Amino acid sequence: MNYLSAFLVGGAICAAGQILLSKTDLTPARILVIFVTAGVALTALGLYEPIVKFGGAGAKVPLTGFGYALAKGAYKAVDESGLLGALSGGVTATAAGISAAVLFGYIVAVIFTPKTRK
Amino acid sequence: MDIKKSVDDTNYLQYVKNAAPKSPLLKECVMAFIAGGLICVLGEALDDLGKCILGFGEEGADSFRTTVLIFLGAIFTGFGVYDLLGRVAGAGSIVPITGFANSVVAPALEFKWEGYVLGVGAKLFTIAGPVLVYGISSSVIAGVIYYIIKVL
Amino acid sequence: MGSQIGKRTIKFKNPPNITAAYSVAGRKEKEGPFGQSFDLTFDDEHWGEKTYEQAERKIYLKAVESVIERANLKPDDISFLFGGDLLNQIIASGFAAREVGIPFFGLYGACSTMAESAILGSMAVDGGFARYVVCATSSHFATAERQFRNPLELGTPKTPSAQNTVSASGAVLLTSDRGRYPAATHATAGRVIDLGATDVNNMGAAMAPAAVETIICHLEDTGRGDNYYDVILTGDLGTFGTSLFHKLADDSQHDFSAVHQDCGSLIYGGDEKMNCGGSGCGCGASMLCGHFYKELVQERIKRLLFVATGALHSPTSALQGESIPCIAHAISIEMGYGG
Repeated sequence: MNYLSAFLVGGAICAAGQILLSKTDLTPARILVIFVTAGVALTALGLYEPIVKFGGAGAKVPLTGFGYALAKGAYKAVDESGLLGALSGGVTATAAGISAAVLFGYIVAVIFTPKTRK
Repeated sequence: MDIKKSVDDTNYLQYVKNAAPKSPLLKECVMAFIAGGLICVLGEALDDLGKCILGFGEEGADSFRTTVLIFLGAIFTGFGVYDLLGRVAGAGSIVPITGFANSVVAPALEFKWEGYVLGVGAKLFTIAGPVLVYGISSSVIAGVIYYIIKVL
Repeated sequence: MGSQIGKRTIKFKNPPNITAAYSVAGRKEKEGPFGQSFDLTFDDEHWGEKTYEQAERKIYLKAVESVIERANLKPDDISFLFGGDLLNQIIASGFAAREVGIPFFGLYGACSTMAESAILGSMAVDGGFARYVVCATSSHFATAERQFRNPLELGTPKTPSAQNTVSASGAVLLTSDRGRYPAATHATAGRVIDLGATDVNNMGAAMAPAAVETIICHLEDTGRGDNYYDVILTGDLGTFGTSLFHKLADDSQHDFSAVHQDCGSLIYGGDEKMNCGGSGCGCGASMLCGHFYKELVQERIKRLLFVATGALHSPTSALQGESIPCIAHAISIEMGYGG
């Protein structure tokens, strides 16, 4: 059941991204920015948590889920440390993801070479 | 011959918009749905692996899943197959966190010949940078608003 | 020395002869329907060099050196090299010019550079300022993509109206020497035309108006009809750009459907994976200096109007939301005028 709901929720979020990609002239970078900010906003408004409860990874894996993790982390840190938590919480919660992106990104870029037209 | 005169009447740009070859939206959305959905299913499996077999808590499992997916996105980009997925799946390859990894590795790979500091190092964030800027900034703002509401 | 006729067309007094032409192309171009017509092809996009930029430099250099050899000349015999490419600061042609040592006029006309360089080269020859001149351009898929668009491995599909930059080059040798060769008889310089197109993934739409404008001006200046030429050859309008070209021509009461061909649409033979076809300086250059030059020499085509179109935007202007100004230069190449 978890897998089905993950599939449905994740697929729906990606399909929404596809509509943006095809129907507007938004570049992928701009779409990613929209999705991560939307994730933060929806979490702040309390609207994303139910989607996470239902979809599990289907809500957490898309970039909206990254925004969700950022917002939740900020809230948790504010609960624990007050105002300064707003600054530290988001990055702390997503630290593993950011570090992984930096490290694996660098290593892969060093080892491999880009392939041109196939 | 003044092309603007003969073309203004026919509203060239509007004509171009209507006549431009379009990609089949429904097919693309379906492909994005399936590809994105499957990546999320993989994420769900990693969650289960993290919680049930490796004994992580909620947060640990989140970090584990994110790390593994980023690794996979990076390595598939390195092997030159992630863009093949993108050709088929469109947003289904861009929106999941694997797409974030792809957007980190792809420009870094490209600019290797410009050196490891200003080439690879700097270019890691040409596309992913804005994501971090807007994501982190909005989470800070959300945190501040949350604090203000709590205090009031 | 020649003269100006009409609004902005040059009529050469002693049409410079194109005594030699040489084309170099890559794997994808070799796999296309005109693969056999290129003089030299390479398989690997690096062509043994460390970077793609160095590979493009090699492509450019090979075309220049080989066309001089074909004409039984040496680089020292050549008065001027006119040329350019798509890269910032035209480093492919500039660095290649360093190797070959010919006095170099670097040009940037984007994809119109082949025609632009041929026109300026012809003016130098017909003006009595040079006996031998070489005109060459190049483009490379990887170098163009990383400068203008997305990193190669990024998982973003190309839009249907997009085109693919061709990895190729072309060079011609122009001379005042007389003989039966394809000769440059007239040239019409392009004006920068901008109808407000902003989509960098739809170059055909941006460039078609410039092509129509220059061609019609050329025909009016020379008094020639729509079907005077055996072929009106555009550089890289692509399949969608071609349909817009015909529509705009029709709006202006002209009909080029019987004679028009487009290098961008031809080079990949309509392969769907290549979207709307090929683009880049090297597209028109390699097709002109390969297939079409051979057709002219063998007199299967006697009158060719080569119209290369270029988009004069940059990644910066595109990010700033500016539209795409375009230009089209035309040069007529005919048999039987070489004296």
